[in-house]
Amino acid sequence: MGNGTHLGRVRGLGSAKSGTHHWLTQRTSAIANLALLVWLLTSFLTNDVTRLDAVHRWLETPFAAVPLALLAISVFTHLRLGLTVLIEDYVHDDALKLISLTALTFYSWGGMIFALFAIARIALGGGHGG
Amino acid sequence: MARAALILGEKAMAAKGDKILSPHLQVYRWGPHMLVSILHRATGDGLAIVGSLLFLCWLGAAAGGEASYAKFIGYIWGTAGEPMHWYNWLGRALLVGLSWAFFQHAASGLRHLLLDTGAGYELKANRFWSLIVASVPALLTAALWLYIFYRGV
Repeated sequence: MGNGTHLGRVRGLGSAKSGTHHWLTQRTSAIANLALLVWLLTSFLTNDVTRLDAVHRWLETPFAAVPLALLAISVFTHLRLGLTVLIEDYVHDDALKLISLTALTFYSWGGMIFALFAIARIALGGGHGG
Repeated sequence: MARAALILGEKAMAAKGDKILSPHLQVYRWGPHMLVSILHRATGDGLAIVGSLLFLCWLGAAAGGEASYAKFIGYIWGTAGEPMHWYNWLGRALLVGLSWAFFQHAASGLRHLLLDTGAGYELKANRFWSLIVASVPALLTAALWLYIFYRGV
């Protein structure tokens, strides 16, 4: 049996079909996290985030709300991939592994959507004085 | 030294008829690259669990309004004009820890991105950059909190 044509080799990635998605997404989200978290840290230093009115003034501009929403997406994407590896490496019981991975999926999607909702609420002016 | 121990270990196990195990913690000699490797995992998982929960609490408290935000800040940082409570010290220690974990994970993550290109595997270069990656984040953390402390909060 030969090795097939170049095209066939690219297309035929075996029964798994793909093996690079986790790896690539982890690196893409890592670069996004680095940029966005450095931005968040400087924002914390330049705004008095112990006061809610300062948080509102900061988040009411799209130049803060949009990067913070992107940060929520990239952080929860990245942490899901990282904790998946943690579970796969240390949880050996099949049932417990399945439960842990499912819980992680729920947490990472739930956390991401919760963060996006909270950011939208603050950015669009809700929650004032409440 | 480590190699000799490994060979002795293999001989002892072979004599007993056991299967030879791959080198393990007791046999390896620790180097800075191993420290950086385990720190990358520990800080990443710490940020993923503790950091993300604190992030969600912060956003939830801010979206909830003045009362919930004041409560959150009162727990983690402390209320302006009030004396520090014992849990404020814990909250601030948590923030210092998370900032170090971020710097550490970012530094070792950058090292990984560089290693992904195939560079930096030579023994001396690997050792040198591992030492840099293991130490600079602690200095950055100290600089950040000294800045916050001296600027006043």
